[in-house]
Amino acid sequence: MKMHLTHPKPVIASAARPSIAPGLPGCARNDGDETPLITLHNLTVSYRQHPALHHISGQFAPGSLTAVIGPNGSGKSTLLKSIVGLVPVAGGPSGGALTVRTPRQHIAYLPQLSEMDRGFPIDVQDCVLMGCWGRVGAFSRVSPSLLARVDAALQAVGLQGFERRPVGTLSAGQVQRVMFARILVQDAQLILLDEPFNAVDAKTTARLLALVQQWHQERRTVVAVLHDDAQVRQYFPQTLLLARELVGWGPTAEVLTDARLQRARAMAEAWDETAEVCDTDAMLARRAGATPGAVRPLRSAA
Amino acid sequence: METLLFAAWDLLVGPFAEFAFMRRALVATLALSLSAAPLGVFLTLRRMSLMGDALSHAVLPGVAVGYMVAGLSLSAMALGGVLAGMLVVGLAGMVSKFTALKEDASLAALYLVALALGVTLISRHGTQLDLLHILFGSALGVDHAGLLLVAGVATVSVLALALMYRGLVLESFDPTFLSASSLLGWRGGWVWQQAFLMLVVVNLVAGFQTLGTLMAVGLMMLPAVSARLWHDTLPAQLLNASAQAMLAGVTGLLLSYHLDTPSGPTIIGCAGALYFGSLLLAPGGCLPRWWSAPHRVA
Repeated sequence: MKMHLTHPKPVIASAARPSIAPGLPGCARNDGDETPLITLHNLTVSYRQHPALHHISGQFAPGSLTAVIGPNGSGKSTLLKSIVGLVPVAGGPSGGALTVRTPRQHIAYLPQLSEMDRGFPIDVQDCVLMGCWGRVGAFSRVSPSLLARVDAALQAVGLQGFERRPVGTLSAGQVQRVMFARILVQDAQLILLDEPFNAVDAKTTARLLALVQQWHQERRTVVAVLHDDAQVRQYFPQTLLLARELVGWGPTAEVLTDARLQRARAMAEAWDETAEVCDTDAMLARRAGATPGAVRPLRSAA
Repeated sequence: METLLFAAWDLLVGPFAEFAFMRRALVATLALSLSAAPLGVFLTLRRMSLMGDALSHAVLPGVAVGYMVAGLSLSAMALGGVLAGMLVVGLAGMVSKFTALKEDASLAALYLVALALGVTLISRHGTQLDLLHILFGSALGVDHAGLLLVAGVATVSVLALALMYRGLVLESFDPTFLSASSLLGWRGGWVWQQAFLMLVVVNLVAGFQTLGTLMAVGLMMLPAVSARLWHDTLPAQLLNASAQAMLAGVTGLLLSYHLDTPSGPTIIGCAGALYFGSLLLAPGGCLPRWWSAPHRVA
C-alpha cells in the first residue's frame, strides 16, 4: 500500500473510518487471507478546491459486489473515475492515497451514457469488438476466437442480429446492452458501472442484473453506482453510502438504515464559497486515532 | 461518330496529354484527394470541421521563417510550416490537457496568434506578392519538387492512417473507454489525437505549398462533409470522400482549362457542387427524407 500520510498506522488500520464517519460497520467483505483489491486511504478529490470526495477510507475485497449510492453530487462518479485514473488523485498531506491492485487492462469501466459519441458511424459488432483492445491493442490481429466471444456476448445481452446495425440507430437501453456486451468481451477482473440501469426498461434491467450476478459468481469484483434502494437491497451484498464524505460502508442491511440515508440526504449540494480550508489531515496527525468527530461535520441542509 | 469520340478526347484527355503542367496538377490533386479527404472525414466526426482552416493559418509563421532563411525554397518553407503547425497543435493539446480550456478554444487562440505573427514576418521581410503567392498557390504552378512533396506526404499519411486506424476510431468514438483501458491512462488517448493532428498539419502544408490554402482545406473538408451524407459506415465514408475529391479535382481542372478560370477555386467549386448535390440526393440528404419509401411492418 502506498503511504502518503504522515500520521501513525493505528489510525488507518483499525479506526480510520470511525474517525471520519463514526460508528460504521466493519470493512467491506474481506475473504480472510485475501488482500483488498482496492484500498482507499483518506482519499480526497477536489474540483476547484471543493471536495467531491472527502477523506474516504476503506477497501474493496476481491470478488465483492458493491453498490455505491448517495444523492446527486455526492461523489459517486468521481469515486469510480478516480479508481480508473480519469481524475487526478492528489497525493501529499491532503490528498490521501488510492491503491488499485488490478492492472489497467483488467479493469472495465462503464461511464454514464452521455460520455460516448452515439452519432459515430460504427456498427454494433465493431463497438463490442473494442472490448478486445486490452488484449490486441492497436496493431494485433483479432483472432476468430475473439470474434466468437463477440457473438457470444451479443447473444448474452439478447442483441443477436444487431451486428451490422449502426450504434446511432439503437435506443438508449439497447446501447446499454451493447456496453455490457463489450464488458463481457473485456473479461475484466474489476468491473465499474456508473448508473448502468438509467433509461433501461425493467426487462432489460433484469437481464443485465443477471449478468452482474454472474460476474459476482465468477469472483469478479463489481462496483456499481445505483439509485434504486430496493434493487440494492435485493442484489448487492455490500453498499457504500456517500455524501461526499463516507456515510456507511459494509453489508447492505447494516448500511441502508433510515438514519444513515437521512444523513446522506442532508448533504448540502451547493458549494460553500466561504468554507474554511479543511485541516482534517493535520488534526488526524495530531490526535492519532483518538476522538471520533475530529473531522469537520457534515453540513446540514439549511 | 468518330468525330464525336475525337471531340470527347479533346475535351477530356487532350489538355492532360498536351501540357505537362496540367499532368502535374492532376497528379498532385489526385494524391492530395487520396490522403487529405479521409483525414477530413475524421475531423468532421470529431467535430473539428473548422480545425483545418485554423491549422492552415497556424503554419504561416513557419512558412515565413523558412522563406526568410532560405528564400523561395519549397522544402525550407514546407519544413517551417510543418514545424509551426506541430508546435501550435502540441501547445493547444497541452493547454487543453492542463487547463480548463477545451481543445478547440485553445487552438482558436493559438492559431490567431500564429497568424498575426506570420503576417507580420512576411510583410516585414517580403513583398505583398509573396504573401499572395503563399496564401493562394496555384495548382497549375506545381513544379517537380512540389509534386514530389505532395506525393510523398500522401504516401506517408495514407500508410500512417492505415496503421492508426483502429486506435483513431476508438479515440474518436469513445475516448473515455480508451483512456480507461489504455496502459498510458489519459495519455493513451492523447497520443492518438496528437498523431492524427500531425498528419492533418503535414497534409495541409503539402497542399498549401503547392496548391494554396483554399485547395488544401477545401479538398480536405468539402468531400468529407458530403461523404457523411451517403453512408452509415466509416470505411465507406472514407472511400466516398476520396472519390468525390478526385472527381472534383479532374472536373475542376478540365473546367478551368476550357473556361480559363483559376484552377484552385474551380476545383473547390466542383467539390461544392458535389456537396450541394449530396445535400439534395444522398440518403442523408433532404429529398430522400421527404419522399421516404413506404415502411415495413417490422
